[in-house]
Amino acid sequence: MLLAIAWRNIWRSRTRSLVILIAITLGLASGIFYMAFYKGMLDQRINSAIKTEASHIQIHHAKYLTNPDKKFVITSTDSVVQAIRAEENVKAVSSRLIVNTMIQSPTTGSGVKVTGIDPTMEAQVTNLHSKLIDGSYFEEDRRNPIIIGEKLAEKLKVKLKSKLVITVQDMAGNITGAAFKVVGIYETSNTSFDEKNVFVRQTDLSRLLAIGENTSHEIAVLLTQNEQLNPVARKLRSELSNLSVKTWREIMPEVSLLESSFGLTMYIFIGIILLALLFGIVNTMLMAVLERTKELGMLMAIGMNRVRVFAMIMLETVMLSLFGGLCGIILGWLLNLYFGATGIDLGAWSAAYKSMGFDTLVYTRLSWSISLQVAIMVMVTGIIASIYPALKALRLKPGEAIRIDM
Amino acid sequence: MNVIEVKQLKKIYNTTEVKVNALNGVDLTFEQGEFAAIVGPSGSGKTTLLNMLGGLDEPTEGEIRIGGTNILELSSSKLIDFRLRNIGFVFQAYNLIPVLTALENVEFIMQLQEVPKKERQQRAIALLEQVGLGDRTNSRPSKLSGGQQQRVAVARALASKPKFVLADEPTANLDSKSTANLLDIMEELNRKENITFVFSTHDQRVVNKARRVITLEDGQIISDLKKE
Ligand SMILES: Nc1ncnc2c1ncn2[C@@H]1O[C@H](COP(=O)(O)OP(=O)(O)O)[C@@H](O)[C@H]1O
Ligand SMILES: [Mg+2]
Repeated sequence: MLLAIAWRNIWRSRTRSLVILIAITLGLASGIFYMAFYKGMLDQRINSAIKTEASHIQIHHAKYLTNPDKKFVITSTDSVVQAIRAEENVKAVSSRLIVNTMIQSPTTGSGVKVTGIDPTMEAQVTNLHSKLIDGSYFEEDRRNPIIIGEKLAEKLKVKLKSKLVITVQDMAGNITGAAFKVVGIYETSNTSFDEKNVFVRQTDLSRLLAIGENTSHEIAVLLTQNEQLNPVARKLRSELSNLSVKTWREIMPEVSLLESSFGLTMYIFIGIILLALLFGIVNTMLMAVLERTKELGMLMAIGMNRVRVFAMIMLETVMLSLFGGLCGIILGWLLNLYFGATGIDLGAWSAAYKSMGFDTLVYTRLSWSISLQVAIMVMVTGIIASIYPALKALRLKPGEAIRIDM
Repeated sequence: MNVIEVKQLKKIYNTTEVKVNALNGVDLTFEQGEFAAIVGPSGSGKTTLLNMLGGLDEPTEGEIRIGGTNILELSSSKLIDFRLRNIGFVFQAYNLIPVLTALENVEFIMQLQEVPKKERQQRAIALLEQVGLGDRTNSRPSKLSGGQQQRVAVARALASKPKFVLADEPTANLDSKSTANLLDIMEELNRKENITFVFSTHDQRVVNKARRVITLEDGQIISDLKKE
């Protein structure tokens, strides 16, 4: 019956309860929606970090990452690739040649990272082929095709079929160069990436560098699931002990940091919203208690003990908070479902976000477990908010409270 | 056997600048089955006395025994439980929980006593029928007249099977018809079921119904008359 009393009491001062309920609903809905927005943005960033940039695991010569010199190669690449392919949970593998050098257009030049890929192997690991906005993905079998980012094309003032000259020092130390023809222009969600990365066929780059057969600088590994990351990395580390094995979290620590700080950031964010709501709830319940002095005095007089009085006030507070909380979570979910399907265009801010690698069309993401955690936080807030009003009620002296003439 | 026994009861209120001697050495006993009225002008100490008898307030001096128990020795939580199991209360107003129906209000006190649901419901219905509200069990207090509300309060007071019922000016807010009606019900319960009632009033018609009339003045008993 305490439950029924608590619930009905909420609706006694309808306006007052509605005001606080709306405050809780809107506060939480916006909190949850922001969380879903941030999570969506983060997931897209992680997804592009894996699918476009780093893959799940990268393998290099032990010294390559600290000093990306072309001389630190992985020898007998084919057998290494074979060994990795044989691992469980490995979906695809692609080996690459990499050289950091200058690229020149008729008008200007720029420093870039030239990656030599096997187009079919690479397509199984990264999604470069699906990011083309112009041209095609190494389809024609002509000499020296190159795919560059939209941002670089803009910078070099080149178009499809333009000629670009790559100058390198070959393995023997001779300065040499070759002309490449732009066959494709890609665009990812990360403009910095697009400006720095160009892709050529491995065979072309190998010829230019005069590098031996069966060598590479980098082997990218795509797994069936991100959850397998650590176990597979651990196995590869023990098997390829003379090579460096890094996960995308190690290769892109800035993305990994965003991922790991998400939980804490959200708890603090929701915590601040709830703290603000806490004061509103305390105030509402304090008014409810003061207004019911005589009734509470009567209840204590006829024999309702402290525990029950406390429980009654607490139940009322928790119900009020939780009801508002659930409305907020539902509203947050509705917004999440809508914008999870249509996406939110960052519009005016897109340039800034794109340079940091974030998609400009964000699809919100929300998980049930997070909603449940928020609901629990709301309940705890309700319990905390009830303490002061309930103590206030307990301090009433029934003999005094019930007096009519005072 | 005395249901209530008080000796040399004194109450001094220090809350205001001047000390108020609300009760000034009251000796009283009540026996099982009494139907007693406490009368006296406003400010004479009626409410103070009833609050002491009901364990709602502590005297400055004196002794209170209820059914042999010295209630002043009870801890405050024991005292609440003691009230729940031994004393029925009817106040002048604010007797009922506004969000509960008449039936739920009567059931509520039995729920505090942890009476099983079924027994609780049957007893609540029977009591409401006894006070003539068998057809209003599902009405909330705001839908009942003042007299009906007081009758629900009487039913609620009896529901807990108390040793006696204390009623502080139960008819003060009622018209004469409702007053007579409430008193008739109380008298009948007293006569048929031997329930002890101690009530205060300053309404002469209510006084006339009482079988014992205790008159207070300035916190002292100036007369204690038993009829018949
Ligand atoms: N809490 C209090 N503080 C100070 N004086 C009080 C208090 N309660 C009652 N009194 C005083 O005690 C006296 C007796 O009051 P009360 O018992 O209410 O009388 P009655 O019920 O007969 O009208 C009155 O003078 C009243 O003003
Ligand atoms: Mg009085």
